[in-house]
Amino acid sequence: MPVTLERIPGHEERVILSMGPQHPSTHGVLRLVLELEGETVVRALVDIGYLHTGFEKSFESLTYAQGITLTDRMDYLAPLSNNLGFCLAIEKLLGLEIPRRAQWIRVLLTELTRIQSHLVWLGTHALELGAMSVFLYCFREREDILRIFELVSGQRMMTSYFRVGGLALEPPLHWLRRVEKFVGEFPRRLAEYETLLTKNPIWLRRTVGVGQISAPDAIALGLSGPSLRASGVKWDIRKAEPYSSYDQFDFHIPTRPEGDVYARYLVRLDEMRESLKIVRQAMAGLPDGPINADAPHIVLPDRESMKTSIEALIYHFKLVTEGFHPPVGEVYQTIESPRGELGFYIVSDGSPKPWRCHVRAPSFANLQALTKIAEGRLIADVVACIASLDTVLGEIDR
Amino acid sequence: MVDQPKVPPSGGSGETPARPAPAEGSTAAPSPKAGAAPGKPVAPKPALAPEPWSSPLLDELQKGFPGALSNATVFRNLPSITLAKEALLGVCEFLKSEEGGGYTLLTDETAVDYPKREKRFEIIYHLYSFARNDRLRLKVLVGEDEKVPSVVGLWPTANWLEREIYDMFGVQYEGHPDLKRILLPDGWTGHPLRKDYDILKQDVAWVQANLGIKSGQ
Repeated sequence: MPVTLERIPGHEERVILSMGPQHPSTHGVLRLVLELEGETVVRALVDIGYLHTGFEKSFESLTYAQGITLTDRMDYLAPLSNNLGFCLAIEKLLGLEIPRRAQWIRVLLTELTRIQSHLVWLGTHALELGAMSVFLYCFREREDILRIFELVSGQRMMTSYFRVGGLALEPPLHWLRRVEKFVGEFPRRLAEYETLLTKNPIWLRRTVGVGQISAPDAIALGLSGPSLRASGVKWDIRKAEPYSSYDQFDFHIPTRPEGDVYARYLVRLDEMRESLKIVRQAMAGLPDGPINADAPHIVLPDRESMKTSIEALIYHFKLVTEGFHPPVGEVYQTIESPRGELGFYIVSDGSPKPWRCHVRAPSFANLQALTKIAEGRLIADVVACIASLDTVLGEIDR
Repeated sequence: MVDQPKVPPSGGSGETPARPAPAEGSTAAPSPKAGAAPGKPVAPKPALAPEPWSSPLLDELQKGFPGALSNATVFRNLPSITLAKEALLGVCEFLKSEEGGGYTLLTDETAVDYPKREKRFEIIYHLYSFARNDRLRLKVLVGEDEKVPSVVGLWPTANWLEREIYDMFGVQYEGHPDLKRILLPDGWTGHPLRKDYDILKQDVAWVQANLGIKSGQ
């Protein structure tokens, strides 16, 4: 059953090595089959599917509102980005405009998600290349962000906080103080990681010039997000096709021309700084107002109104037992997730459950480039290459 | 509710674009509306159905590939073109080139199953052009025994995407360099994302032989 590489006649001395699926540096359950000549990788084959749980099939048997909980589990390092993409897709299908306050909170939290996700990437990436302390620091800061998520949504990771039409609940009083504290501290922490890595000669030897990919190759292979921007393509969906009022925020798109592991490292570090800028702006200008669209046939009523209003009670009953009916049609909504273009393609037949929900997972496309960037390199570089693509197996195997 | 057959969306092969059962205004409020205040601002009314699409690019395509384009609509700002299978590679090559708009990035390829239609699968391509900052959706309708021309030659990223479609829907491709299952094991029978594949169904024989357990449930 396991996929393997066929030996090429005349090269019997080459070693076929199976790496994974339980290899710590393959980030989950990824399996590689490598053909080695000495320590050089001649051919690489990526074997995925170990985490296949059939999300796309499950979407078809759940109502739109229930589907949100599945999105958390696809890219489990960036649940809020996934919530956002899914909700935006349904809101697009419904033609639903959501209040500014909800949009800004969504922006704030997804940018924190980006930082949090990049922290896991940085920590594990550094750990795999032998820099243990960075891992511990990154997870310390990540914990701060997870606590903010917990404060807001009640969950550290599987948040399901964004709902169709707005947010699940109003964030608690003084939650911004926690965000403020984090935002105040984080630049210093980021500088700390940089002193450990950016000019570290071992780090440079392991990353500069490793796993290079040119911009045309990257586009042909469907790379997106930081991995594409590190090859010099200045494309960020937050700027190109702004959603959730990203056009009202001031930030840059960091790019690097080199396209190697080091460039991907630098781009992600800069992205964390830009995200921090967005979080600051979102905090400073957070509008007042409702957190849910005024659409009683889509958004659940609050519990208080259900005690006094028969309409609210009926709507609640209808929404919980049946769900809402979007118009017949199909939409494709993309967002810039920490890993790249996350797209939701939803086909509606007018019933409360999607006829088809397909997820364009950035990791799926990005991982496909691994063969290209790892072949011809040393086996130790493969580890750096996997880490630099920052893939999450949950959304690859779905 | 699960076993109740869903009505597939319109816009495909010759089916009447009939709205499904709950048609009395899907986005409008359901029945308990009477008591609501009349002056209340309800969500703005967006288009309820795809509208015909017209653009210079479409004119050019129609000129270059007469008869190949059957349905060009736009819904929620995303144009969608239904193509004849034979014209797919030509149209894609043109769209990828500079004069065709430079749609150099194939962001996504997937399929949708409509078991009641004569041609049950819709293969969906989502293209993106960096030059125009524009997206485009292409559709090809294929029957169960038909082969789809592979676009791997144009966009290498389609390699895994087409393998996934083959894996999940059983759609065959022509000209794919390595068409085999990608997420499920090679020996698996059945294609889970088909509508006639029940959500609890699995390849029991495979599970017993390879995992040594009675059932995955």
